[in-house]
Amino acid sequence: MADKIFRVNMSDLSTKVEPVPAAWLGLGGRGLTSTVVATEVIPTCQPLGRHNKLVIAPGLLSGTPAANSGRLSCGAKSPLTGTIKEANAGGTSAQMLAKLGVKALIVEGKPQDESKWYSLHVTRDGVTISEETEVIGLGNFATVKVLNQRLGEKVGVITIGPAGEMRMSAANISIKDPDSHLRSSGRGGLGAVMGSKKVKFISIEHTSEQVQLADPEAFKTANRLFAKALVDNPISKALAQYGTNVLVNIINESGGLPTQNFTKGQFAGHEAISGETMHDTIVARGGKPKHNCHQGCVIQCSQVYNDLKGNYKTSGFEYETIWALGADCCIDNLDHLAEADSLMDDIGLDSIETPVAFGVAMEAGVLKFGDGAELCRILRDEVAKGTPLGRIIGNGAASVGRVFGVTRVPVVKGQAIPAYDPRAIKGIGITYATSTQGADHTMGYTIATNILGVGGKLDPLSKEGQVELSRNLQIATAAIDSTGMCLFIAFAALDDATCLPALIDMINARFGISLTADDVTNLGKTILKTEHGFNLAAGFSNKDDRLPEFFAEEPIAPHNVVWDISDAAIDSFWDF
Amino acid sequence: MRLTVKLFAYFRDNRFKQREMDFPEGTRVEDIILSLGINLEEVGVTMINSRHCELSQVPKDHDQLAIFPAIGGG
Ligand code: SF4
Repeated sequence: MADKIFRVNMSDLSTKVEPVPAAWLGLGGRGLTSTVVATEVIPTCQPLGRHNKLVIAPGLLSGTPAANSGRLSCGAKSPLTGTIKEANAGGTSAQMLAKLGVKALIVEGKPQDESKWYSLHVTRDGVTISEETEVIGLGNFATVKVLNQRLGEKVGVITIGPAGEMRMSAANISIKDPDSHLRSSGRGGLGAVMGSKKVKFISIEHTSEQVQLADPEAFKTANRLFAKALVDNPISKALAQYGTNVLVNIINESGGLPTQNFTKGQFAGHEAISGETMHDTIVARGGKPKHNCHQGCVIQCSQVYNDLKGNYKTSGFEYETIWALGADCCIDNLDHLAEADSLMDDIGLDSIETPVAFGVAMEAGVLKFGDGAELCRILRDEVAKGTPLGRIIGNGAASVGRVFGVTRVPVVKGQAIPAYDPRAIKGIGITYATSTQGADHTMGYTIATNILGVGGKLDPLSKEGQVELSRNLQIATAAIDSTGMCLFIAFAALDDATCLPALIDMINARFGISLTADDVTNLGKTILKTEHGFNLAAGFSNKDDRLPEFFAEEPIAPHNVVWDISDAAIDSFWDF
Repeated sequence: MRLTVKLFAYFRDNRFKQREMDFPEGTRVEDIILSLGINLEEVGVTMINSRHCELSQVPKDHDQLAIFPAIGGG
């Protein structure tokens, strides 16, 4: 059966199943969410109003046996940045939606009666809308628990926590993973968009049906090659052992680890929060150093981190979160970090935006740098409960900066800058400035080439070549984000000549088409231009593609460098 | 010359995190790595004083040399 568009109108509580328009047939994941948003959403609309739409789409290969293909894309106009937004995560939902033949789920409109909450249930036949009371106000973990009891352990769940219900701009969308824990589409406040539509959760019926492959034999051959390229890559091995947090020490060593609200490039407590220390702690407490966020991942960068007593505390404990709570807020205690990570997952908060907001609040004197216990208290007692201070923090770093009159506010287009200082790693500064979605390292991960020596080498302190590096990576990433693939396949794709052709062969075998590498690059370019076009129509210009001025004025130790790439060079990013 | 040598990730296994070590003048980064029993093919990144360096580079007295296996994340 052909894939369909499932459409839900929350204004009149109606649902429809539609054929996929021809122009969307070759799209999936980010390519599809961004195309739908650009086609159907008024660019100048109020992100929390009835004209915005939440679009949820599995990738082109999601639901197939392809390794690492279970990422789900969520897209909308972002209430945090005002730009177009796509955030993707693992969990079980992408594969389940794909198996039900859902090309995309579009949630539009908004109920007039704001007093009621709803849930959506997705089956092969369509979507049912029900009024919901039981889980309203609950955290994500309790919500998943109730739904597992109500609908069975195998049900897929996409949900928002209290942060999304309160429409905070740092609210994420959480996706149930195979262990009934959570993976998050973190950035840009998409949880607030879901909350504005009064949808607390989306449940997905389990199916034993499989995605139809046009050429199963060719698919199998390509998948074998692809998985081998991933497994053989040495970086995959390090990711399995140490998680993404293996980066703390190397970024610190390079002098690009933003510390104490972006005032230094190295953190004295780096060793205590490093991937190496985390690995030893996990092993000593009987946790799991390697773990996957969805079935079929062969890299397994996730982990299970236990508390001192050996009980489960958190998983998917990522470098960027650990950096933000650790170096940026100067908390050198992994247990405080794990507690905060778990709280943010439960409340449904972006674990980059929120701790960066805390870093700004620490600079303002709201709490002290290094005070992990107070940070956890504020999350629990203020943010989760929606007190005035909690809402200021839950609306992100820019919100805290404005309210407390702080000028050192590390955001681009309103979104917090993550774990790599653009003064000491200049390529990533280009990505932050030009990304269609505000500061986001994943949009064009120049760290690979600037620091890790993947896909070549480019001096992180040099101005030369950074625009081109960021552009090429942003184009490739837009394409990969459309396949349902986890971005960590890129490490193999950049350095192993068999990886990308195998990926393209799988797409061809899935759909019975004959894409070439050039087609894939062109897809990436088209997606970027579509997203950029939306932003321009929403009122953004090249003047918004800039880093905050303190980066040009405050040198960062140890290299004592400032952001010095010219505006003209930044603007040349879009010359393609 | 006296150097501070730092090892990361699984290069630390059965070795050390950080150690002051003496080498004859003119010793290259590559020689130091081999003297530690690390396979050159496993080396991803090397830095001297927080700047990337080549395997053929010769550190100076009191330099800090950091040796990483191939790693990634993000
Ligand atoms: S490598 Fe990590 S993020 Fe990617 S699919 Fe596997 S567990 Fe998920």
